[in-house]
Amino acid sequence: MLGIEDKGVLLAYLLCIGSSILCVLYGLFARNKGDEPVKPEDLKWVSEEKKVEENL
Amino acid sequence: MLADISLEQIIVVLAYLLLVVYLGLLGYWRTKNATDYLIAGRQIHPFVMAMSYGATFISTSAIVGFGGVAGLFGMSVLWLTFLNIFVGIFIAFVVFAPRARRMGHILDAHTFPELLGRRYESRFIQVASGLIIFLFIPLYAAAVLIGGSVFVASQFDISYTTALLVFSVIVAAYVVVGGLKGVMYTDALQGTIMFVGMFLLLIFTYVKVGGLTTGHQKLTALAPLVPPNLQAIGHRGWTAMPLFGWGDTKYNLWWTVIGTITLGVGIGVLAQPQLVVRFMTVKSRRELNRAVVVGGIFILIMTGVAFTVGALSNAYFAEQGPLMTGRIVKVLDAEKNLAVLQLVKQNNAGGWEDVAGKTAPVKLYGESIGQMEADGKPTEIRQGRSIAIVYAKGTADEIIPTFIKSAMPSWFGLLFLLTLLSAAMSTLSSQFHTVGTSIGRDVYEQITGQHGKSTNINRIGIILGIIYAVVISYYARESTFIARATSIFFGLCASAFLPMFIGALYFPRMTRTAAIASMIVGFVITAFWLVFIKAQEAQTIGLVQKVTGGKTSLLADVPNWPVVDPILVALPISILTAIVISFFTQPPSKEHLDRCFRGVSS
Repeated sequence: MLGIEDKGVLLAYLLCIGSSILCVLYGLFARNKGDEPVKPEDLKWVSEEKKVEENL
Repeated sequence: MLADISLEQIIVVLAYLLLVVYLGLLGYWRTKNATDYLIAGRQIHPFVMAMSYGATFISTSAIVGFGGVAGLFGMSVLWLTFLNIFVGIFIAFVVFAPRARRMGHILDAHTFPELLGRRYESRFIQVASGLIIFLFIPLYAAAVLIGGSVFVASQFDISYTTALLVFSVIVAAYVVVGGLKGVMYTDALQGTIMFVGMFLLLIFTYVKVGGLTTGHQKLTALAPLVPPNLQAIGHRGWTAMPLFGWGDTKYNLWWTVIGTITLGVGIGVLAQPQLVVRFMTVKSRRELNRAVVVGGIFILIMTGVAFTVGALSNAYFAEQGPLMTGRIVKVLDAEKNLAVLQLVKQNNAGGWEDVAGKTAPVKLYGESIGQMEADGKPTEIRQGRSIAIVYAKGTADEIIPTFIKSAMPSWFGLLFLLTLLSAAMSTLSSQFHTVGTSIGRDVYEQITGQHGKSTNINRIGIILGIIYAVVISYYARESTFIARATSIFFGLCASAFLPMFIGALYFPRMTRTAAIASMIVGFVITAFWLVFIKAQEAQTIGLVQKVTGGKTSLLADVPNWPVVDPILVALPISILTAIVISFFTQPPSKEHLDRCFRGVSS
């Protein structure tokens, strides 16, 4: 199949494509799930992150 | 010396650099205050976040270093691509990222060591993790620098030292001018360039070798050309897995490909300090879910293409590479016209003479082009084409640059230069960002208690980190150094940090003592293994020879152990340590755990 006789390499080749497809399907399926309101700790984190960047 | 660099190339590279710096500043200006940032956070498209993560994850190390390893060892390296996508994207984004993001925000953690330190209420964990990262991430940065430099050297026919100097100056200037700030937009641009460059490389390569199935078949047919030293350790061709087993050196390659290359990097990605902090920059889990789509495709087109092209470069060179001339010293496969040539050259008198010590496995083309006397009898002079590692002068790191220069049109060389510049700059900027925060925020501020006052230490740390990485890049020029240096850093992060990182996110019962013990055990075993057991690294460090009177490993006489990667020993013991000690030590207070896990599992 695909000119690759060795099953181990063929499996790796197919799994690479398969896992990419899994990512696409999962992302499309869950694309509207998990939205969260902004919490005070998020604002605090962002404010501190800005200072960390400025420190560099 | 730089005669091969045209004005057009200089203009394109300068325009690219200006655009990158402009985007970096734009990103920085747009995040002037926290509220703006968060509103912008809504607008930071998952595409940008995924590209930023991907461009940070994938560097010249993956494309040039590991691509070269695939050119040498074959397509079995694709197991690493599978782990890159499945573990590095799917597991990382779906399982780890949401909890790391929420816990990071709750604990107000801005670095990976800070997340671990605050979760376990341990200043020691933060300082020690920061030190480990500060000391070892330059090794990984050196791998990235070498990857870019060997390509620049090959593309422009300049010396490696000059290429390293030019490449380092560009990267250092970028880092100093602002490459550490507001990197999400620049990363996204760089990721897009990388995607286009690698996608075109895949198409061109399959066209060059006659298509997908035909190209693979041609590669399979070249198996007899595998050099004897690689056959002896289990190399069975570029489309076959190495021989698997234990107790004989003929299994060494399997342990290298699967143990060091696949598991070391494939699992280590979960505990990469510069990647974990990326998860905290998005607004919600929804953005992470959406980023999985882009991330999964991006990594396939990065390492999947680099490893496939690396392996297929053998099929290209054996069919279209420069012709080599020599006399047959061994027939490998008469039916397929495969043989080993002793290379010859014409002397001043017009006759042929051996090039001392130069042999090459080749596919023969055409008929005899002359005769010479060898071993007292007349011998025909034949011509043939060899495999990638021969054209790369025995250095795996040179395979991809040599293939690009030989097989691709010159305009593609320029595009690929931008691809590699993008790959290197996006990874290096995050590495040096991590260097700065490790030594400044995690070590200096924690030890002195002077919070927010480490600007100078950050900068000194970054400058030292750059110098350290350039020095390593200058001296380390072994065949597969890029892949090995990357594997060492990823493996070290996995063994020292992964058990306590997983414990931090998923096991409230894991204690501070257990976390400290697992980190120390993971670090010490990895260091011991590299210095005394794993032959290639131990030999370079040199201490083991002094201890054993010349051996390259304490286990030199026991087959396979000298090639077993430290991650296979250190990570299981580190995990076991974390579990066992957690059962025998005082759990964290309920108040602290309630705080850490508030909203984390939702």
